[in-house]
Amino acid sequence: MCLSIPSKVVEINQELNLAVVDTMGVTRKAGLDLVEEGSVKVGDYVLIHIGFVMNKIDEEDALESLKVYNEILEKLDEEERERLVLEDDNCENRTLQ
Amino acid sequence: MSELQLKDFYDGFRNPDVIGGLAKLINEEAKQLPHPINIMEVCGGHTHSIMKYGLPQLMPQNIKFIHGPGCPVCIMPKERIDHAYILSQQEDVILVTLGDMIKVPGSKGSLQDARAKGADVRFVYSPLDVLKIAVENPEKKVIFFAIGFETTAPMTVALIDTVIKRGIKNIFFHINHVTVPEVMVELIDSRDEHVDSYNNRIDAFLGPSHVSVITGAKIYEKFPKEYNRPVVVSGFEPVDVMEAILMLVRQFNEQRCELEIQYKRLVSYEGNLKAQQLVEKYFEKADLFKWRGLGNIPESGYKLKNEYSELDAQIIYDAILPKEEIEDHKLCICGDILRGMANPPECTIFGTACKPSSPLGSCMVSSEGACAAYYKYGNLLK
Repeated sequence: MCLSIPSKVVEINQELNLAVVDTMGVTRKAGLDLVEEGSVKVGDYVLIHIGFVMNKIDEEDALESLKVYNEILEKLDEEERERLVLEDDNCENRTLQ
Repeated sequence: MSELQLKDFYDGFRNPDVIGGLAKLINEEAKQLPHPINIMEVCGGHTHSIMKYGLPQLMPQNIKFIHGPGCPVCIMPKERIDHAYILSQQEDVILVTLGDMIKVPGSKGSLQDARAKGADVRFVYSPLDVLKIAVENPEKKVIFFAIGFETTAPMTVALIDTVIKRGIKNIFFHINHVTVPEVMVELIDSRDEHVDSYNNRIDAFLGPSHVSVITGAKIYEKFPKEYNRPVVVSGFEPVDVMEAILMLVRQFNEQRCELEIQYKRLVSYEGNLKAQQLVEKYFEKADLFKWRGLGNIPESGYKLKNEYSELDAQIIYDAILPKEEIEDHKLCICGDILRGMANPPECTIFGTACKPSSPLGSCMVSSEGACAAYYKYGNLLK
């Protein structure tokens, strides 16, 4: 029920107070009644719920989250590599060449 | 900031490697938890996401999910569905509602049944579609049966605003909007009849995503402060949920009890003030709202303010709308499930007499209900 979809604004119709948005290839119209006038611009990412723009998506915050996730993955990768190296070092059956 | 593509908002927050990485951290850090924790995801959208992506299977033994009442379709009591049914039977009425309401059964049947019997019931994607129907049918009374949480109330109000500003005379409203904090209080602060004690099963809350976009995180301030329950407002994507759980685990480990926002790209503390003001202009709290499975909860629903009563279908049709209460199905344990006292498979009619195609209880009605989510995705659970 409360699901909403990230979309990109491709056009603003000031007369009808509507935004034309692209939702992963689907073009649709969304009312701008619930956001401050002039706050949504072409190129902005917005959240759409049952035919209305609910809010703008903060790109900086989204990028920051994605960056943090990447760092988590890198850190885990590193730990995994260290573990494998350690395992390898401790391997008893290895014959020295 | 041209680095972001639209698909990043989807793929970036569903990345299976990140889900796995966060699961590893949760499992590692949960070893330090002072006690096992039950986390209630209040919102049905979260329930659906959690089950769809199999997140319970990624949790350590000491973290459990309790599926909350945040599905406005599921908690709609039969009395109100009967109202919609009866209104749709009136000669000159077109009853319009959102698609989610199609199959929810009242005591006389669902709106789908009413339609099959010849009533003019229409399901729309947006309240804006109601305008078109009203213009095309000037001789009819178009009644919008409005449903949803704080997320959806502003869209109903935007329609009301347009109807008043344009002087449209044939659109009326049956308001069934409900609010989240009151039901959260009900779940932790009410004595439950079964064990005669306060409900201590819920240790923390995952705060709803899109309710909070509108209301802001401020509506949850009292839960850490007055009820000693931490809240992390989380997005709907699986990576969002996993990160929010990690944030909760860290709160317990560091002996903090706070309100935090994980879903920062959309939720602020204050929320969407314009939408809040619009809601306050037209709506006020009703004294009581009956929730299917939970009963009457004070000030947990909206109604139209008195000055707009000429738009209020509940007042206009008062004479034909029944007032008597209808009991929930005797074998249904939805109330216990919503309070975190039982899981769907423990219900004797789960998946047998009660199925998504023929739901008897509230939690089976919509895909966001706990029972429906278990029915669809729960076969992997032990």
